[in-house]
Amino acid sequence: MKSMTLKTGLLLSTVTTALALSFGAAQAQDRNITMAVSIPAATHGWTGGVVYHAEQAEKEIEAAFPNIDVVLSTASSATAQVSSLEDLSSTRKLDALVILPFTSEELTGPVAQVKEKGTFIAVVDRGLADPSIQDLYVAGDNIAVGANTATWLSDKLGGEGEIVVLRGIPTVIDDERIKGFSDVIGKTKIKILDIQYANWNQDEAFKLMQDYLAKYPKIDAVWANDDDMLLGVIEAVDQAGRKDIKYALGGNGMKQVIEMVKEGDERTPVSTPYPPSMIKSAMYMTAAQFAGQAPMRGSFLLGAPLITPENADQFYFPESPF
Amino acid sequence: MSLATTTIAPAGEESRIRWADLAPFIALALIVLFGALVNSNFVSSANLLNVITRSAFIAIIGVGATFVISSGGLDLSVGSMMAFITGIMIMAMNYLAPAFGPWAIPMGAGVALIVGSLCGLFNGLIVTMGRIEPFIVTLGTMGIFRAFITFMTDGGSLSIDRSLREAYRPVYFGNFLGVPYPVLITFAVVMVGAFLLYKTKYGRRLTSAGSNVEVARFSGVNVAKVRTIAYVIQGFCVAVAAICYVPRLGAATPTTGQLWELQVITAVVIGGTLLRGGRGRIGGTVAGALILEVIANVMVLSDMVSEYLVAAVQGAIIIIAMLAHRFTANR
Repeated sequence: MKSMTLKTGLLLSTVTTALALSFGAAQAQDRNITMAVSIPAATHGWTGGVVYHAEQAEKEIEAAFPNIDVVLSTASSATAQVSSLEDLSSTRKLDALVILPFTSEELTGPVAQVKEKGTFIAVVDRGLADPSIQDLYVAGDNIAVGANTATWLSDKLGGEGEIVVLRGIPTVIDDERIKGFSDVIGKTKIKILDIQYANWNQDEAFKLMQDYLAKYPKIDAVWANDDDMLLGVIEAVDQAGRKDIKYALGGNGMKQVIEMVKEGDERTPVSTPYPPSMIKSAMYMTAAQFAGQAPMRGSFLLGAPLITPENADQFYFPESPF
Repeated sequence: MSLATTTIAPAGEESRIRWADLAPFIALALIVLFGALVNSNFVSSANLLNVITRSAFIAIIGVGATFVISSGGLDLSVGSMMAFITGIMIMAMNYLAPAFGPWAIPMGAGVALIVGSLCGLFNGLIVTMGRIEPFIVTLGTMGIFRAFITFMTDGGSLSIDRSLREAYRPVYFGNFLGVPYPVLITFAVVMVGAFLLYKTKYGRRLTSAGSNVEVARFSGVNVAKVRTIAYVIQGFCVAVAAICYVPRLGAATPTTGQLWELQVITAVVIGGTLLRGGRGRIGGTVAGALILEVIANVMVLSDMVSEYLVAAVQGAIIIIAMLAHRFTANR
C-alpha cells in the first residue's frame, strides 16, 4: 500500500499547510498581493489534472514571487463554487481571481460582484455569460482539436475511407469538437459510418466500439474525441482481433496515450492537447500582471498542435493523474 | 442463460403465476427477434457473445439486489461500491505482485470478497440497527464509496500492474468450451442464489420479512438478521462482479460503475421481483440484465434512431416491457 501511505502523508501535509496558513500571519504580511484560484474538485481525469497543475503552479509562483500569496480553493458543484467565492472575497481583499467556472450562467453574477471590488478577473476554459467581466480569458481551442485531428487523418487515409466516431457528453465542448472534425471531413471523400454518445466513459466506449465492430465489417479509422474513451476503444479492437482499423485516435493528451505516442504506436501515432495545465498558464499570466506589470488583459486561445513522438515530451507529465 | 432459467422456475405453482414468470423471457425473445430483423449482424455469434458477456456485471450484482429488494430493502450504493472494491482490489494486487507474482490475482480477489462483504455488512447494520430508511443509508454510502475511489485515483485512473495484466485478462476475455468465463461465473452465482432463495429456510424467511414484517416477526423470524444477511450477500455479489470487471479494462476510475445501481434495480424489477418486497425472481433478474444490454446493442446496430434520441427509445422499451408484464400477470 505504498500509494496509500503516500496519500495519508498528503492529507497530513494539507492539514499542516492549513494550520500554517491560519497561524502564519507574519508571513502573509510580506505577501501583499493575494491571488485566489477557484477550480472544480477532481471528479474525473481532466479536472484531476486541473487540480494537480494548479497545486504545482501555486508552489512555483509563491517561490518565484515572494510578494504573491496564492489561495487555492476547489468546489464540487456550481453552488459550492459560488459559496467559496463569497467566503474568499469576504474574508480578505482579493487582488486577482483566477476561476475555472463550473457553469457559465450560474457563476456570472457572483464573479461580477467580486469584480466590483476592483479584483483582476482571469477566466479559464468555460467563458462567463458576460465577457466584459473578465480581464483575461484563457482557453483551449476545441474546434481546432477536432479540425487538426481530421486534417491529419484525411491526410493519412488519402482523403477517402470509412470511419466511426464516439461522442462525449452532450455539451458545448463536445459539440465544438465534433463540428471542427466533421467540417474538415465533409470536404473529403471520407465517410462517417456512425456517430454515437459514450459519455467520456471508458466502459461505455468499450461497449460502443464492440457494437461498431459487430455492425461494420470494415472500418478504416476511429476517432474517440477523448483519450479516456480511446483506451476503451483500443481494448475492444484488440479483443476482436480486427486488423482493418489503421488508426485509433483520441484527444486531450492523457498521459497513458502520450506514452503510446512516445513509443511510436502505429495505430495511435498522435494526440491533440486540450491540456488541464491551461490553469497554470492563467495563473502565471496573472502573476506577471502584478509582479512584472506586464500587460495581460485580453484573450488567450491555446493552440491545439498535434502531439507527435518528436514533441511528446513537452506534453508529458508522469506525476499528473491525467 | 435460458438453460439456467428454466431450472429455476418454481415447480408446483399455479399455471397462471408461471405464465407471469415467463413474461421477462418473452420480452427478451421479442427484442432479440427485433434485433435479428433489424441487422443480420446482430445474430452473429461474436456479437451475441459480446452482449451476453457484458451483461454479466449487472446480472451478478442483480442477483444480490434480488435478495435485498425481496427482503423489503433497497441498495443504491452498488455502483459506487463496485468502483471502490475495484480500486481496493487493484491496489492489493499491485502491492502483492512483486512478492507473489501471478498469485497476487487470487489473493487480491480474496481481499475483494472480504471487503465487499464488509461493505454490505456496513450497509445492513446501519439499516437494521440504526432503523434508518435503506434509501437514505445507501444514498449516503453511495457518496462515501464514490468519494473513496475518487480519492484513491486522484481523479485520474488506477491501473493494474503490467505484469498481472496478461495473466488476468482471460478472466473476462477467455472461455471454457466456447462459453466466456464471466457467463460461467454468472451461472454459478445464479444457481447458488436460486438455491438460497427458493430451497432454504433462509430464503423463505427473507421473502416473508419482505411481504409483511409484522407477520414475519410473530412467526419467529429475526427480521433484522435476515435483512442484514441480504445486504452481505449483495456486497459479496458486487465483489464477484468486480473480479470479472477488472480484467476488462485493467483500471478503476471515478466514473467506474456510475449509475449501475439504477440499471441493477431496473433489471431486477423487469425480471418480476416486487420493488416493495416479498417476491424475488432470480432468473427474471438475469433476463432483465440481458434485456437492458440487448436494447442498447440493438440501438447501435439499427440506424433508425438519431443518436440524440437513443435514451428515449430505451426508456420507452423498458416501460412497454413492464406494461406487458403487468398485462400478462393480471390475466
